[in-house]
Amino acid sequence: MNSHHPLWQLVLFRMRGFLREPAALFWVFAFPLLTALALGVAFRNRALPELAVAVVDGPEAEQLVPSLDAVDGLTAQRMTEAAGRDALRRGKVALVLIPGPQPELIVDPAQAEGRTARLLVVDTLERLQGRVDRVVVQRREVTAPGSRYIDFLIPGLLGFGLMSSSLWGLGWALVQMRTGKLLKRLVATPMKRSHFLLSFMIGRSMLAVVEILFFVAFARLIFDVRMFGSLLAFTVFGLWASTAFGGLSLLVVSRAGNAETASGLMNLVTMPMTVLSGVFFSASNFPDWLQPVIRFLPLTALNDGLRAIMLDGTSLLALWPQGLILGVWGLIPFLIALRYFKWM
Amino acid sequence: MDPSPRPAASSPPLAIEVRGLVKRFEDVVAIAGTDFEVPVGQCVGLLGPNGAGKTTTVEILEGLQHPTSGEVRLLGLRWDKDATELRERIGIALQETRFHDRLSVEETVRLFRSFYRKGLSVEEAIALVKLEEKRNAYVVKLSGGQRQRLALAVALAADPEILFLDEPTTGLDPQSRRALWDVIDGLKGKGRTVVLTTHYMEEAQVLCDQVIIMDHGRIVARGTPAQLIASIGGEQVIEFATTPALPAEAFAEVPTRVASRPRGDGHTLSVKELHRALPGLLSLVAARGANLVHLSTRQATLDDVFLAFTGRSLREDASA
Repeated sequence: MNSHHPLWQLVLFRMRGFLREPAALFWVFAFPLLTALALGVAFRNRALPELAVAVVDGPEAEQLVPSLDAVDGLTAQRMTEAAGRDALRRGKVALVLIPGPQPELIVDPAQAEGRTARLLVVDTLERLQGRVDRVVVQRREVTAPGSRYIDFLIPGLLGFGLMSSSLWGLGWALVQMRTGKLLKRLVATPMKRSHFLLSFMIGRSMLAVVEILFFVAFARLIFDVRMFGSLLAFTVFGLWASTAFGGLSLLVVSRAGNAETASGLMNLVTMPMTVLSGVFFSASNFPDWLQPVIRFLPLTALNDGLRAIMLDGTSLLALWPQGLILGVWGLIPFLIALRYFKWM
Repeated sequence: MDPSPRPAASSPPLAIEVRGLVKRFEDVVAIAGTDFEVPVGQCVGLLGPNGAGKTTTVEILEGLQHPTSGEVRLLGLRWDKDATELRERIGIALQETRFHDRLSVEETVRLFRSFYRKGLSVEEAIALVKLEEKRNAYVVKLSGGQRQRLALAVALAADPEILFLDEPTTGLDPQSRRALWDVIDGLKGKGRTVVLTTHYMEEAQVLCDQVIIMDHGRIVARGTPAQLIASIGGEQVIEFATTPALPAEAFAEVPTRVASRPRGDGHTLSVKELHRALPGLLSLVAARGANLVHLSTRQATLDDVFLAFTGRSLREDASA
């Protein structure tokens, strides 16, 4: 393609517009990195904290506290029953033990820590009473690669980043061009509209590749997040999603006449997916009746696909359902947008 | 390059032909039936206050809006049949296009030039509007006048046969305006047809071979600037004020008077012959025992024409 070809000039136009806009660079590259850093540090894997238990003052407490304290994973302290209940309510302790011939345990059934503390305390009491263990269990400790929170988070953040930069990058540019009458000026030339749309697609895809590779490299270097599947499959899947979100974006801004409307519509589309589609935590936390809806969201499909390739080494072919969902979300809005797009 | 009009049966060949043009938006009539033609090589000015229908007319000519009814031909071609070819052969500067802030002048012109099969080189287009010094400057760094010149360079990139300029000098300082006039004047010298909308009467007077005055979607007057000024009868204007103030009827007897109207705390008289009107006026004022506090004379302008045809001043309207 020679350098005077309109398509090439339009692609250059897109790339220059992006690369010369510091704010755009920040949102596409720096923002996801900072988010990953912040969340990665906040949720880094640590040794489990010791569980605090309260032992209510009494004759037996003197002996019980050191025994409980010696148990791996527990710390114990003496206090009055009232103080113990208060500490439980504040989450300072996981359990309150009232010693006696028939010891009483006060726990909050809604707390996972309470359950663990109860098992540990009961086990200790039994031992003190002279229980003999008949099964000797051997313990082997491992940390499986790809099982940390950061491993879960990185593909999700990338999915979120690809969605945002497709929707905002493309939609915002179009709205700016419409309000500045640049779109109108362009359609008054012999420019082919297909060239125009194609240039957006090409520009967006080139950027998406950089975005994906950059993010993968960053995650590997800083957090040692491994790529278990094929990097090529990962990139292709990300590109496909980026294109699909491009189609969706075209529809979102097809008639928006000003930046306020566009930004409202954009938030309307991205906010539910940011929450529901498993960016920061697994989408399976939502109730069952919501699952079919969540499954069909494009960002869910993208995140599931990226995680499957990155963490489980899934092949691209096996991800056809996710690919199909993304395709539908890209193509149908694109066709509607072509019909209703406002050029001036 | 020279424009290449279609051979026409009658001379001169027409660049633009408009017949019975009507444009309605919902219940608003923007253009209420206009007819005009522009011969190849002419500069025609569409004049009128905001809302007169100038921009709508131009956008229909540019193929950006569809007429409700009526016929429009450019270079013998019609938008409904020959849109692709017409787009190759016309150049457009819209009212305020915001080009991309972070593209340079040269990159912007190159982008637009790439859409056309033939035209000027990017360097030529930039040189025509005298933006050579700014060729590597980002659009965001340009002044208002430089942006208008960039818009003109973009319009010229295809070396168009018809050039449409929608209020090219609105909001510019007098110096930038004159610089732009020079550029447009140079284009006329190259035989291009130029269609210009403006609400500056002096702009039309300087640049245009034909002036079309529009008001409320209609053409109220059409002709060369000289013809239009002659058509209102009084080619000279006397502006004066007296103390004590005198009523307008007092000046009905001024020789060769065509019209009079109040202006500020004085009066404006349109007269045919200054050398007869002025002594008459002076003796009338003296006879009433009044003194002149201000007196000036000038040639009638298109402003006076607009006033005569519509009963209001274009300037007041435009600034409102």
